[in-house]
This record gives sequence, C-alpha cells and structure tokens, in this order.
Amino acid sequence: MAEPIIELTDIVKSFGPVSVLKGVNLKAYPGKVTALVGDNGAGKSTLIKGLAGVQPYDSGVVTFDGHEVHLTTPRVASGLGIEVVYQDLALADNLDIVQNMFLGREETSWGTFDEGIMEKQASDTLRSLSVRTVKSVRQKVSSLSGGQRQTVAIARAVLKNARVVILDEPTAALGVAQTEQVLNLVRRLADQGVAVILISHNLADIFEVADYISVLYLGQMVAELETATTTRDDVVGYITGTKTQAGASA
Amino acid sequence: MSDFKNDGTLTGHVPAPTDLIGSGQEGSLMDQVRAWTQRVRGGDMGVLPAVGGFVVLTILFTILVQVVDGKQTFLTVLNFANLAQQVAPLLMLGMALVFVILLGEIDLSAGVTAGSSMAIFVVLIARFNVPWGWALLAAFGFGLLIGALIGFFVARVGIPSFVVTLGLFLGLQGVQEVLIAGSGSIPVRVAEIRAIQNANLEPWMGWVMLVIVVAVSAATSFWDRRSRTRAGVPNRTIALVWAKLAVIVVLGGAAVFAFNLNRGTPATQLGDVTVGGNQQAGVPIVVPFVLVILWLGTFVLDRTKYGRYLYAIGGNAEAARRAGIKVVLIKWIAFVICSGLAVVSGVFTASRVGTVDAGMGRALVLSGVAAAVVGGVSLFGGRGRLIHAAIGALVIAVITNGLGLLHLSSGVVYVVTGAVLILAATVDALSRRRGGGVRT
Repeated sequence: MAEPIIELTDIVKSFGPVSVLKGVNLKAYPGKVTALVGDNGAGKSTLIKGLAGVQPYDSGVVTFDGHEVHLTTPRVASGLGIEVVYQDLALADNLDIVQNMFLGREETSWGTFDEGIMEKQASDTLRSLSVRTVKSVRQKVSSLSGGQRQTVAIARAVLKNARVVILDEPTAALGVAQTEQVLNLVRRLADQGVAVILISHNLADIFEVADYISVLYLGQMVAELETATTTRDDVVGYITGTKTQAGASA
Repeated sequence: MSDFKNDGTLTGHVPAPTDLIGSGQEGSLMDQVRAWTQRVRGGDMGVLPAVGGFVVLTILFTILVQVVDGKQTFLTVLNFANLAQQVAPLLMLGMALVFVILLGEIDLSAGVTAGSSMAIFVVLIARFNVPWGWALLAAFGFGLLIGALIGFFVARVGIPSFVVTLGLFLGLQGVQEVLIAGSGSIPVRVAEIRAIQNANLEPWMGWVMLVIVVAVSAATSFWDRRSRTRAGVPNRTIALVWAKLAVIVVLGGAAVFAFNLNRGTPATQLGDVTVGGNQQAGVPIVVPFVLVILWLGTFVLDRTKYGRYLYAIGGNAEAARRAGIKVVLIKWIAFVICSGLAVVSGVFTASRVGTVDAGMGRALVLSGVAAAVVGGVSLFGGRGRLIHAAIGALVIAVITNGLGLLHLSSGVVYVVTGAVLILAATVDALSRRRGGGVRT
C-alpha cells in the first residue's frame, strides 16, 4: 500500500452550536480515485471547503506528503497543489478556453500577456488528458457543451501540476455519453498520478471509476471501503445509516 | 482544422501539430477568411454592423445632400474635419463608459463629471488666477475623486451603480450650478486648450503620425508572432499582417492627404480689394489625442491582467473571485478610469465650445451609452471593445451632422438617433440568437 498524499485525522468543524464534522478521517492516494459519498447534510461540502482552504477546520491534523500543513487560505491549498472543481464550474462564458484555464495566473512577459506560452500549455494539458472533443483552444466557453465545460474546468485544475484534485459532482448535469467522457477523464487523471477525490451521488459512476469509497454519515466517517471488495447495497447501507463498520479497511 | 495546408508563403509559420486540438490560427489566408465568415455567421459580428452603418449613412447623406442642396456640402474635407471635432467629446465619453459597461455597470454621472470638472477648471482660472496647468490638474483630480467615490459605493458598499451615479448625476449638476453661479457661462481663455479642437497639426506632422501608427501596429503584430513562434504554436498566415498594414497605409494615407489640402474659405474679390479668405490645412489636433487614448486603453484591455480581469468579472464575477481576482479593487479602478476619461471628454467640449456653462455634459452621457451600444458593446457586461464605442460615436455624429446639413431640426435628429440605437440592439440580439442563443 502506497503512502497517502493527503491524510485528514480527527477533523472537527462546527458552525456555532451545530457541529458538522465530528472527528473525520480521510486519506487520498496518488494515482487513485477516492469517492466521497454521503447523504445531503452529511458534511461533504464542509469537508471539501476545508481542503480548499475556503473554510478552515476548527481542529484536527492535515498531513500532506508526510508533513503537517495548515490549510488556512485558498492560496495555501493551491500552492500545495490541491485544486477543487466546483459543481457550478466557475468559467467565464465570454472568455476562450485558454483564457479560462489561465484566469488569475496568466503568463506575462514585460507586463503583457505571453499568449504563445499560455496557448501551448493549455493545449498540452488538454492533449495529456486525451481530450478529443474540443476543436480549438481559442473557442469561447459559451460555445461549449456541458461535458466540454467540465473538461475545461478539470483541465484548468490540473494545469499547474495539481497533486490532489477534488471534483464536486462532475457528472450531475450531464447526459449519458458526456458522463462517460468525463468519467474516462477522471480515470486518466488518476493514471497520471494525481490523487482524485470524487464527490458524487451516483453510485454507478462511483463503482465505475473509484478505487476507494469513503462514506460520511452525519459528520462522521462511517466506512472506508475498497471498491473491489464491496457492493452497492453495502454502500447504500452506510450512507443511510442502517449499516455500520467497526474499523476502516483502507 | 484537419484540412490544414501550408500556404507556401515566406511566413515561417509553424505547421499545425498533428493532434486534434487547433487554435484557429492555422491555415492559409483563405482558411482564415472562411473561419472569419463562420464566426460572423455565428453571431460574433464585432464591429461589422457599426462600420457598415457608418459607410451606408455616409453614402446616403452624400446623395441626399447633393439632391436637396444641389451642391455637395457633406462629403467634403471641411465637413469631415468638422465631424472629427464634433465627435471627439462623445467618442471619448463612450470609450470612458466602456470600462464600466464591461463590468455590467453604468456611470450616469460621467457627463456631469466632465461638466463640473471643467467648471472647476474655468472658475479656478477666472476667479482665483490659478495657472491653467494647475487648474487642469485640479479638474482631473476632481474627476478621479468622483470616480473613486462611485467605486467605493458600488464595489465596496455594494449599492447598484445605477443608483449611485444617478445620485451623483443630480448632485454634480448642483455643484456645477453653484460654481458657475450668476455668470451664465465662463469663457475658456487658454489658447493651448482651445487649440485642441480648433487648430490643426502641421501637414508634415500628419504624415509622422501615420508613420507612428503603422510602426506601432507592425511592431505589436510581430511581437505577438515572435511569442507564438517561441512557444511553438502556429501563427496566422503573415499575409494577414501585410493586409492589415496595407489597409492602415491606404485609408490613413488618404485621410492625412485630404486633411492636408487647404479647406479654408477662398477670398472674395471686391473690385481690386481681396476680402476674407483663410488657409486651413492639416489633421485636427484632437485626432492624435483620441488615437493615443484609444491605443492605450485597448492595450490595457487586451494585453494586461487588469483588462482580462475586467472581462472575466463582466462574464462571471463568481468565477473571477474563485480564481483569486480582487474583484472589488478591479471594479473600483474601472470607475476611476471612467471618470478620468470623462474629464478628457470635458476638455474636448470646453475646447470646442469655448465656454463652460451650468448645463455642460448633462445631455451627453446618454449619447455616450448609445454610442457604446450602437458600436456593439453589451450592457450585460463582458463583451465589447473601445473601438466599438468609437465607431458607434461616429455613426451617431454622422447622423447629427448629415441631418443638420439637410436642414432638419434637432427633433428629427433625436428620433433618428433613437431609431438607430434600437435597430443596432436588434441586429445584435438577432445575430446572437441565430448563433446559438447565448446570454448577452
């Protein structure tokens, strides 16, 4: 078993009197897809926001690459190589693919844009993800389909050597063919050595791409399973709280 | 992109890599033209409708004026020199507004910012004997302060810009009235300021200006190509660069040549006495002012982080915020730029009219918004360029100028301008719907 690149231990977070995370543990491994599942209100979003540095945890230990880190701001998180692709994608429709991928971190020389370098890196990244559906990297994002937008958002996340990529419901709004495309993309991402944390409600998707499944139930990690040795019914049981697991298997 | 073929020119352009993602830069001149036609058909018409409108109106007025008057007073060098000076304040105000319209905001007070800053300018000179340089500095300082104030309320406090600037629109009119109080109007007695809109460049300076424009345009094109070649991505065929430069040389050369002809009034012979007549030749001084500001502004919008972030916020403010962009700061600065350029517009007006009164700038702001919209700037934000506002302003100015030469009243001018505005917005909306029905 390889070492996890990121490991959360005993994470606690509350909002006033409401405690949302009550001592959560989570591990993600390079080259593996870890699915994070749980019903609405289980604390998935809070857990992710902490990882992204948007809403720091109250207490608990985060180790990244074997060192303890404090994810206090988004800048710290992205500096480590932790990138989040949110459900609403956050792309600017009026900008093209290259401009979106580099938004907020443009390459400049002499104070002006170096469009050549940016275009090169953007198309290299898309190519490394074997993206075949995009015709030109200079297309405006408004002209792209839902699946293509998801692709651009993921490519944006991995542009700068991301090591942990968190995907929030990447297939929620997509049709069958596009879902398949995005799941293939998720797989390729992991094959490149990125640790992927995949949040999804769709168990079919999860069983298709995930290596591990972690189940949150009311602010506690109730199960950490290996996809290969578990069943759908088990996972549903953990999500709904009708089944419990003593220790973590992963 | 799969039908890429080398056009065989001396371009040094890099052939498309053999992968499937293109960049829209590959292919011969014909491929580029085809791609451009497709973009236009897809609703991305840019400046095309406004340029078309300008050309059609010019032809129309040339014919109508000839028919009505029996002589040509519209398509003359004198009238076009006039037009350049008429349009300058509106054009500058339109360009100023682009910076806030790109954010999806509005500055209704831009006109009165111009008016009240010019009121400060003339009052400081007339009543307090301040040297005009310092007075001008004070006027700009006041304008920038107004911009910072609007920015504070809009970007920081979060009040809609419509409300904030409507308040300032009313308030600054009051300031202007108090400043001008009793005088009716105060004359601008600064020769240097008056010269901007009333004097011409020496003929040779017009040619130097054209050479600079061509050189700057060529330099930026080749700079871009070098960046792309270095990165190993394909360049557009170099024929496009030559074509662009050729257009600038031909059109610019024709304009400079025409402006350098004597357009003064010929002298009258009364018996053996020569009466009146004057020499007037050269490019109006306001033209280089406008070109420099247009170039600088376009540079900032297209090639700097500030400009890119302005578009990003206009397109999706939440995406910009998550990308780590300081949305509040960028918005704030946009209002300061807008007010600063509005003061430039005020200087142009003061120079042309020669006096500053209590109502200056009040009516101009809505025409400025109209200029931007006619040119193709989207009021929803995120789409439009400075050149759009400039050409939109030209369209509106041609209408005013042409209808005036047809001896029609200002009432007719308003009606026609309004109709053109709605027409422009309709053309834009329809083309967009056909292009796939995206918002804005």
